[in-house]
Amino acid sequence: MPKIPGIRRGMPHEVGLGLLTLLLLALVTTAFPRFLVIDNVKSLFDDTALLIMLAVGEMFVILTRGIDLSVAANAALTGMVVALFNAHYPGAGIVPVLVIAIVMGAALGLVNGLLVWRVRIPSIVVTLGTLSVYRGCVYLVSGGAWVNSGQMSPFFLSFVRVPILGVSVLSWIGILVAVLAWAYLRYAISGRNLYAAGNNPNAAAYAGIDVGRMQCLAFVLSGAIAGLAGYLWVARFAVAYTDVASGFELQVIAACVIGGVSITGGVGGVLGVVLGGLFLGIIKNALPVVGISPFFQMAVSGLVITIAVILNAGTYRKSHGRKILERSEATS
Amino acid sequence: MSTISSSVQAGTANGCGVTWRKLLRWETLLGLVVIADFILNTRLSSYFLDPWTLSDASFNFTERAIMALPMAFLIIAGEIDISVGSIIAMASVLMGLVAKAGFGTPLVCVTGLAVGFGAGCFNGLLVTVFRVPSIVATIGTLSLFRGIAYAIIGDGVLKSYAHNFAYFGQGYVWGPISFELVLFAVLAVLFGIVLHWTVIGRRIFAIGANPVAARLSGIRVDTYKFWIFVLLGTVSGLAAVLLTSRLGSTRPSIAMGWELEVITMVILGGISIDGGQGSILGVVLAALLIGLVTFGLSLLNVPGIVLAIVTGTLLIAVVAISSLIGYSGRRRRH
Amino acid sequence: MSEPLLSLSGVTKSFAGVHALVKGEIDLYSGEVTALIGENGAGKSTLVKILTGVHQADGGEIRMEGAPVRIGSADQAGRLGISAIHQEAVVFDDLSVAENIFVTDRPRKHGMVDWATMRERARVILDELDPRIDPRMPMRQLSVAQKHLVQIARALSNEARIVIMDEPTAALSHREVEELFTIVRRLKAEGRAILFISHKFEEVFDLADRYAVFRDGAAVGHGLIQDVSRDQLISLMVGRSVDQVFPKAAVPIGEELFRVDGLSRGEEFADISFALRRGEILGVYGLVGAGRSEVMQAIFGLTRADRGEINLEGRSLAIGSPEDAITSGIAYVPEDRQIQGGILRFPIASNIALPSLSHLSHRGFMRRSDERALAEDYVRELQIKTSGVSQRLEELSGGNQQKVVIGKWLATHPRVLIMDEPTKGIDVGAKTAVYRLMGEMVAKGLGIIMVSSELPEVMGMADRILVMRRGRLRATFTRAEATPESIVKAATDA
Repeated sequence: MPKIPGIRRGMPHEVGLGLLTLLLLALVTTAFPRFLVIDNVKSLFDDTALLIMLAVGEMFVILTRGIDLSVAANAALTGMVVALFNAHYPGAGIVPVLVIAIVMGAALGLVNGLLVWRVRIPSIVVTLGTLSVYRGCVYLVSGGAWVNSGQMSPFFLSFVRVPILGVSVLSWIGILVAVLAWAYLRYAISGRNLYAAGNNPNAAAYAGIDVGRMQCLAFVLSGAIAGLAGYLWVARFAVAYTDVASGFELQVIAACVIGGVSITGGVGGVLGVVLGGLFLGIIKNALPVVGISPFFQMAVSGLVITIAVILNAGTYRKSHGRKILERSEATS
Repeated sequence: MSTISSSVQAGTANGCGVTWRKLLRWETLLGLVVIADFILNTRLSSYFLDPWTLSDASFNFTERAIMALPMAFLIIAGEIDISVGSIIAMASVLMGLVAKAGFGTPLVCVTGLAVGFGAGCFNGLLVTVFRVPSIVATIGTLSLFRGIAYAIIGDGVLKSYAHNFAYFGQGYVWGPISFELVLFAVLAVLFGIVLHWTVIGRRIFAIGANPVAARLSGIRVDTYKFWIFVLLGTVSGLAAVLLTSRLGSTRPSIAMGWELEVITMVILGGISIDGGQGSILGVVLAALLIGLVTFGLSLLNVPGIVLAIVTGTLLIAVVAISSLIGYSGRRRRH
Repeated sequence: MSEPLLSLSGVTKSFAGVHALVKGEIDLYSGEVTALIGENGAGKSTLVKILTGVHQADGGEIRMEGAPVRIGSADQAGRLGISAIHQEAVVFDDLSVAENIFVTDRPRKHGMVDWATMRERARVILDELDPRIDPRMPMRQLSVAQKHLVQIARALSNEARIVIMDEPTAALSHREVEELFTIVRRLKAEGRAILFISHKFEEVFDLADRYAVFRDGAAVGHGLIQDVSRDQLISLMVGRSVDQVFPKAAVPIGEELFRVDGLSRGEEFADISFALRRGEILGVYGLVGAGRSEVMQAIFGLTRADRGEINLEGRSLAIGSPEDAITSGIAYVPEDRQIQGGILRFPIASNIALPSLSHLSHRGFMRRSDERALAEDYVRELQIKTSGVSQRLEELSGGNQQKVVIGKWLATHPRVLIMDEPTKGIDVGAKTAVYRLMGEMVAKGLGIIMVSSELPEVMGMADRILVMRRGRLRATFTRAEATPESIVKAATDA
């Protein structure tokens, strides 16, 4: 399958992707120095922080051989709920808002997780359903009305914008989530078990790992992150409405795929996802700078994603039974 | 991991006595739900039982139902395509341009079909030649195709369709029976015959049930999959013709989210997401159910977004029930 | 006589009314290897699952060092010191060797995974087994034999007192088997009890100290290996005095039917040339990686050869796909019955009909009655034990499934039948049935190419034997001149 010489041979995926991202950045900035304007860079960070956070959550699910199509709807619903909470209890402070966001997001994720684990419905079907349900609930909860910045308390809005060392809290939260996720997957027993469960569910069962429970855990983590992202999104854009992050789940999955997370499970890491998110983010932010009309942006990012998945196709481990020669090579 | 217990859906391909009985369990359940909903709708709204109202109801779902037919083939064959809504958008935009340039209705229709055909070829190529898993490939093309639609007409609208073009989406064949409904019925019968009575259909089931064994039995797995993608693309092009004709105009945002509705119809229709099982009858009943439910609710002025909740819940509930029943009836093998 | 370390008596287990174990009894002694022998379905794997805590026994007693124990979960089994090594390496390909070894019990520091300690301890264990394996390597890069060693390392890290090995030599070369046995002997010397499941009698007599035979879910015999003969073991296994005779009928061998010249494919195989005659069974023997299945798959059109010619009945064939091969008259019974051979979920009739669909149809429409009739013909002819042709393939026993697969290919009226490990995983009774079938087929003028790793089978059934090693044909023997030593010598390195 088409391989870029040098990028794939023996080099880990992340290195190749990192180089590609740097190359892209270099290309854009040499042609358009305007790109490196501080405001633009900050905007880039903020945008990608959201994408990266959601992609990290999605990664957990894909690692365990699942897929979560409901992350964006989860974020929208949680975002709307905390916005409404804030509108009704403006004095409550930022902590309750964050807590509600994370807990509610986790609960929505738990619904997915339980349906997959206990009721044994494939994750694509479950999240196809919850995607619609959660999104519809945003409408129900808000009555179709928007929550505007005027209804949001000052701290609600400013929290994400506070600059620490020049970088907004939003971006810091994104970085924090990525770092925590990395540490969790590397050093926590359940994190390692997520990999094991996705890599070889059979072997995992023999090793005493409950695969279904790991899948449920992945959904809860993904949901919690999506919930948090919901608040951040609504605060950043200072508005909450039904179509928040509509269609975003596809970008999230694309960031994972570009980042080397294998759709067959068990393979992938936070670094790759971060790079994948950055890559997509740079493209998205570069387009207006380069002068491409917003109407072309979708086509361009669609093209990029398509090319990226073609290039990634070589890395997919064929799932058991779909590769004709696999068995006989091993045993004859 | 099959959502629908194999003891319920077994031997669909064979169709001999014993297995038809099991097969009908799902479809009977669906059929009963359809009837129940029909009755419910009549109770809830006095307008419902009018033949013209029912005819209006049919417009609501026939385009998606038509797409559910080849989508069923694809999912039975073990693949998926979530770019179909975007194919409609791209096809519609290009049809709009052709109409604007002054060409007649026949060419406009051919354009729609051709664009769908091309999109299907592209998807098919990605999956069978470049070996990209279909969920991932069609995530890419979903953005690409709709992006192309946006790139072509941006924010605008295309409206210059000839009068006779409106027949496909708005016309009637006999009394209140619309052209779209007739077309759906005809296609449903055709697809049903092909899937359940021909060699092609048998091979599709085999490919989905076990692509390795199918290939080793001389079935050209990649060729079949490619052409099913093309079929789905072309039928999406057909749906674009119908939809555009019904709306009388084109926006790049049309058919947004349709892929999920179509897939919901297929899965609700009893087709296992893992492939190798299912029936066209189930898909037709599911499409009918979704159409009736959404139309009934819209008569009660329930907004579209809330309908989505109903569809989503319906999907999960039906699959959950089947999974739970399936597990108690299923023998555990070791 | 010392006390057994582990003792099972009267253990029973049923699944949904099917009695998998009715009299599970076995004694395992420290420092000894006990071979567990039995046909498929005899209850061996159920026994193993009970010992490893995957299933719980319905009745009976398990004693460890005399005291009764309950093995309620995989965890508990591990704590009791019971470890198992499975036939297909049950490992995590994308995790490191070290993590694979410690997957059930990762070393921790302050609650976090301690990678450094993990690597060190893995290093220590691996040095004993195979110093070439680096704990940091991803499992994917190891050979099958090395993966088994990692499973052993896992058992050792759990300080296993009882090591269960379930057909561990299935995919190993002779040298790797010898290396494995050396390690097993060392484990023995360390006082562990080894349960060794195998159907290869040479290995059993080579390695084991004791034996236990199961038949139909019950223990039917046990004792010291030195006190028993191979034939006695076989009669215990099948319950009747059976000479494992290969029903080799005298079939007239005709003119050349099929010929392969200079077939080559990259690294897989090169310069393969041989001929097959009518009525002949051509055995193809070799070890792991010899390239035999690769050659057959190229002949059958699954892969494309770079060079070479294939001739059938004098005609040169261009085979680009399995469809071409089938139309030309070549059929391929693949090695893996369940994934490659048939569709488990489909009824028998659909399976048998699958390659022949175009002949069972009229203008594209399926003729179900023809399909049924065809299937019933083959069920009768091959004596397939089934409740009817609409029974699903997955409900049949291994032997009957294989018969269905063979029937499916016979229905294509092939001239050449390639059989890849035709009796793998089938009980002795069914094996004989398959051999008889093969004899009937060649009597009708077919030619059979039989790829096999079982020396007795090759020597018993083949008229001529080809030996492959590392992708090349090393030797050809006729039935008369073949000896086990000469064949093995040609197949192994040095």
